[in-house]
Amino acid sequence: MIKVDDLHKSFGDVKAVRGVSFAAADGRITGLLGPNGAGKSTTLRVLYTVLKPDTGTATIDGIDVLNDGLKARGRIGTLPHGAGLYPHLSARENITYYARLYAMDPDTIDESVQKIIDQLEINDFADRRSKGFSQGQRTKVALARSLVHGPQNIILDEPSNGLDVMATRALRDVIRQLKAAGKCVLFSSHVMQEVAALCDEIVIIAEGQVALHDTPDGIRNVTSCDDLEDAFVKAIHTVEPAA
Amino acid sequence: MSTTRVVFFKEVIDNLRDRRTLMTTLLMGPLFGPILFAFVINLSLKQSLSDASEALDLPVIGQQHAPNLVTYLKSTNINVVDGPASRDAALEAILDGTHSVVVVITETFGEDLAAAVPATIEVITDRSNTQGRKDTRRARGALDAYNQQLAAMRLTLRGVSPNVMRPLNIDEVDVSTPSGRSAMLLGMLSYFFIFALLMGGMNLAIDSTAGERERGSLEPLLCLPVKRDHLIFGKIFAACLFMCISLALSLTTFHFTLKFLPLQELGMTPNFGPDVVVIAFLLLAPFALLGAALMTLVASFTKSYKEAQTWLSVVLLAPTMPILVVSILMVRPSTLLMFVPSLSQHLLLVGLIKNEPVNMLHVFVSVGGTLLLGILFTWICARLYRREGLLG
Repeated sequence: MIKVDDLHKSFGDVKAVRGVSFAAADGRITGLLGPNGAGKSTTLRVLYTVLKPDTGTATIDGIDVLNDGLKARGRIGTLPHGAGLYPHLSARENITYYARLYAMDPDTIDESVQKIIDQLEINDFADRRSKGFSQGQRTKVALARSLVHGPQNIILDEPSNGLDVMATRALRDVIRQLKAAGKCVLFSSHVMQEVAALCDEIVIIAEGQVALHDTPDGIRNVTSCDDLEDAFVKAIHTVEPAA
Repeated sequence: MSTTRVVFFKEVIDNLRDRRTLMTTLLMGPLFGPILFAFVINLSLKQSLSDASEALDLPVIGQQHAPNLVTYLKSTNINVVDGPASRDAALEAILDGTHSVVVVITETFGEDLAAAVPATIEVITDRSNTQGRKDTRRARGALDAYNQQLAAMRLTLRGVSPNVMRPLNIDEVDVSTPSGRSAMLLGMLSYFFIFALLMGGMNLAIDSTAGERERGSLEPLLCLPVKRDHLIFGKIFAACLFMCISLALSLTTFHFTLKFLPLQELGMTPNFGPDVVVIAFLLLAPFALLGAALMTLVASFTKSYKEAQTWLSVVLLAPTMPILVVSILMVRPSTLLMFVPSLSQHLLLVGLIKNEPVNMLHVFVSVGGTLLLGILFTWICARLYRREGLLG
């Protein structure tokens, strides 16, 4: 369960986020949709505590990310934008490194790592150094290492960036599996089709504000557009540009 | 603390597989210094050793005017050869470097000598030429000795003791020990060791901020439920380990390099046995924490790996400054100076090579002061690692 309440964040004169509020429930997939520079990444970065908001709060399973960042981070698995691997370590070692940093039980680490490798179908390249990995392989490993400790909440920042069709489908399967397991999945994207194909709820962000927050059908109704893409374009024009 | 341990071991394995780190830790740092040093020393030793032992070819113009002088010169291991045709040609030859020194005996030499009028000998040379200075010194030395011999003969002929000409007997007593003389030569060594030490950890220091950021692995790392302080400590300690490896290798290489240098011929016995290698390692090792923290600190302000490398080459040079100043001023070690990192290590190492008794207070201040400063810089790194702008 992720809750964001009236978040504001500026970088110098640029107001990146201007009062974003939404909630993402367990067992549901919530998509954060918006054009480039809308404030998606900033919002997510506040959630996984690498940025501090100017005002507003955010909680993860009721834990305040500002007051108790360490504990909040323990409740999430994150795939930040363009997450990189350690090229001299194999896929397995990359995942194991994170498992150790999550302070998982040393006796069961190897087992947990193998489980996530099986789940994400990494076996073929699990013991190869990650130096020459394709974008799809890299994303899979990065996702695996953020899921290895079985977090309740999963935050993915543009996970499908640079993935081919097969890799994108594989990623979607994983996200659906997580939903089925009752996890709270929050991911950002600027690709309408992807969000439409996956999400139970869509939060459309533009100019640092929430333009619309509804189910895909609800969005079609509110904007009276049958096509989600048209709905998206219509929704983002309802937001006043930042001063 | 377990986070620090996990990060430490990961960094060690990661960097052991990195060719770039291995090159600098295991090859560049440890080998570059001693080999360069051996090369330079060998060259300068050969030059100074050749002085007295090798015969000097000395072009002399007008040999026919002074046959006795020529015979005398030949007896002092100087080969008198035919010089250029004229004095003008000699000047020309010196200028273009064909000869480094030419002696010209004037036509009236014999007559002047017989009449007991000072007979003129010209020594043509170029003082801006190092080789020329050396050869000139030898030629002058031989001519001066001949001059004194003639003077003594004249006095003896007149029944006067040649000692009349020597009211003073000046004896120089050199109290330096063979190890002490080596220290002058080996003093610059301490910088090579500090250089090797810093080189060993440079890649790791860059990697902990600029490298991770460039690779995109910093953000996911910071999302983990661990304290950032513990991450940076693990990285700094790993850098310390590589620095110590590099230092140990460099000291060991040097121990073996010295065996091949003909230092004994110069009356130097460098005190650089296995025990000295161990003690020197213990004296220099505290610098690793300071070096690692300082380099990590500098690297954390840079945007990319390349930029970090540029700035860190400045850090590589920084430890030379105090050493340089002290070598010029010829300062003796004092307790106060032991508070200055790199300088204190340098002074302690020089004392060690000179085989002087180790001043435990100095060692204590040097080790303690350097470690304290290292801890301070580590703390600053940890503070900086907490800031938001870290992600760039």
